[in-house]
Amino acid sequence: MGAEPCFQEAFSISGGDFTNAGEVSSRVKKILQELGVDNKIIRRVTIATYEAEMNVVWYARKGTLTLSVTPDLLRISVQDEGEGIADIELAMREGYSTASPEIREMGFGAGMGLPNIKKNSDEFHVSSVVGQGTNLDIVIRRQ
Amino acid sequence: MNEGQVRIGVIGMTLEEVKEILNAQVIFAPQDLKMEVKMACGCDLMSDVLAFTKEDSLLLTGLTNLQVVRTAEMANIKALVFVRGKEPDRETIALAMEKKFPVMLTDLPMYEACGRLYQHGLPGCSEAEEGSSLADGR
Repeated sequence: MGAEPCFQEAFSISGGDFTNAGEVSSRVKKILQELGVDNKIIRRVTIATYEAEMNVVWYARKGTLTLSVTPDLLRISVQDEGEGIADIELAMREGYSTASPEIREMGFGAGMGLPNIKKNSDEFHVSSVVGQGTNLDIVIRRQ
Repeated sequence: MNEGQVRIGVIGMTLEEVKEILNAQVIFAPQDLKMEVKMACGCDLMSDVLAFTKEDSLLLTGLTNLQVVRTAEMANIKALVFVRGKEPDRETIALAMEKKFPVMLTDLPMYEACGRLYQHGLPGCSEAEEGSSLADGR
């Protein structure tokens, strides 16, 4: 990343906490509004953040989402301790899902999570170790 | 408008009109029902809402949990209609109130609710232009 971030904040996400699932994304949205980021960009960030947050809630024990803002770009990195992803290429395919019935009852688990994040990102990297956890790196340019 | 006549491409529909067309009950309205929606999406899959809707849409859904409001918040949905007479959970209504989302309830099933709105000219998300994305402070 080029410039030093002019804003950075890390948020904890608790695995299995369905009541507060989405709260971190809501806070990210509020911060970006306060920073005067364009609304269309905010929408892309919050959709990507929300999908990433829900993945931590469902598949991990805990995670941290870090939002970094520079004059040119927004970076969201998510690191979790959890199941990990065995086949990232497969997980990136629309419609592929390992979701439980509980996740599907909540209106998710249709195999759109990672593809949705990618669609809203300018750069998107996933790395994962099965049984340890997953790291996501999402970059969205402000222009 | 005559019965059966299709009127597509109307720019926006007020929530008042939505309420009348769907014979809906207003569960919560943060302001009067003059607010306009530009298009609508009928969906029970929240990931699809995130993937395929545009801003300033009306969301019709049969899902009643908290994540409906969360999804609406992230996708800049303007108002929520619960179909098939399924009343949302208390927590869902509380979160909608906190986030200032208008919420309505109709006894109509999904297909009929969507069909009626479409017949009255409210386009779908693939047809309508993206909203003006005015900050709504949510």
